[in-house]
Amino acid sequence: MSRRPQPWIIRATHWANVVLLGTMAGSGLRILVAYPFLGPRGEDYAWYPLQGVNAPAALQIGGWLAGARHWHFAFAWLFTANALVYAAYLFASGEWRRRLFFPRRDARNALETVLHDLRLRKEPPASVGLYNGMQRLTYTGVLAVAPLLVLSGLAIYKPVQLPRLTALLGGYDFARAIHLLVLAALALFTVVHVVQVILHPRSFVDMTTGGRDRPEPEGSP
Amino acid sequence: MSDSTRRGFLGDGLRAAGLLAVSGLACDSQRPHEGFLGAMERVNERFQRALFDPNRLAPELPEEDDSEEDDFPAYKISREFPVVPAGWALAVKGLVARPLVLSVEALRALPRTSMRVRHHCVEGWSAVASWDGVRLSEIARLAGADPRARYVEFRSFDSGYWSSWDAESALHPQTILAYGRNGEPLPTEYGAPLRLYSAVKLGYKMVKYITEVSFLPVRTGGYWEDRGYEWFAGV
Repeated sequence: MSRRPQPWIIRATHWANVVLLGTMAGSGLRILVAYPFLGPRGEDYAWYPLQGVNAPAALQIGGWLAGARHWHFAFAWLFTANALVYAAYLFASGEWRRRLFFPRRDARNALETVLHDLRLRKEPPASVGLYNGMQRLTYTGVLAVAPLLVLSGLAIYKPVQLPRLTALLGGYDFARAIHLLVLAALALFTVVHVVQVILHPRSFVDMTTGGRDRPEPEGSP
Repeated sequence: MSDSTRRGFLGDGLRAAGLLAVSGLACDSQRPHEGFLGAMERVNERFQRALFDPNRLAPELPEEDDSEEDDFPAYKISREFPVVPAGWALAVKGLVARPLVLSVEALRALPRTSMRVRHHCVEGWSAVASWDGVRLSEIARLAGADPRARYVEFRSFDSGYWSSWDAESALHPQTILAYGRNGEPLPTEYGAPLRLYSAVKLGYKMVKYITEVSFLPVRTGGYWEDRGYEWFAGV
């Protein structure tokens, strides 16, 4: 079977997400400046190492608290809509089969890829299609935590009107911590992702032009 | 990459850059009520009004959740905490059948409501205290507020600090004019002799040092709202 590596909806939503997630993160970091502590007042979470620390101004969007809040709550809709288009396409098109991580299919390949990348294993892992097992595991992890970013955001936006959601996430202050931690996890992913793309420039061309049809094994789990 | 692909790619890139430039102009952080940001504030107000349930109560919290005094900041506009003007009384006016002038004693004689709920500040922190006072819905009933008054405006003696609310939030059972805090008379820094307190709005909507409540048919603004902060600001 032969298929283009990146269909146009995936490319469009991917690059839109770069702008939208960047805007959400930048405005969120400016909002955090107003109170850069996690935990209820007087009971700062001891496990959070960055109490009182702000992101560099160059990463902040919105200029001041009111400006940043407007950016954040305006772009939240576009960010969520874009994510929903991506998710709907992922499932409707069957693309999930070659992108998501299925332990029985991908666990071994993921381990071999990591060992190979760490120079602990000589022979490269078998090619298993568009993504290797480790990529599938990472991208699936991102897709799994992304809804938590939106849900924790809703909980701290409307803690009184969405009481069950807020309670489920451990209350207002804990949901606020989740919101920032998910961002930190996605930021870490982004750094690794960009390094990997620099090391494998063809993936950048694929994500931009769609790439050429490539034969690949049936990817059904 | 073929020439036609390259041209298509460049064209797409230029169009995307143009779109970004236009949306950038439409997002002015110094004027967040205007342009795209302002349009989305109105979308978000509709969303918040749709979520708002006039009968939904914020959870009452146990006494051990009370914040220490130092952990419940008290903000003001004036340089010093404002001093109560001689002969202070609350004026209730606007679209009402019976305009009222109420002293603290008169307010204390009205049905008393106490609540211990979480306070949500726009800055991101939360804190807890208990508040005693009289429901604004009780004042509206006493004054005979007209149902056409869809907005309520609050004014203070703190350097002209003020705000205005949608009537639904103002008449919520957990919106009170508070004269007590944590079982004591309301301290000066928290807005003595009388302040607005509510479980359903951010802190900056809860006017302290209150002097006037007006039931109005039109929306007005507020001290922070006019400077760019969100008008609805529900939680």
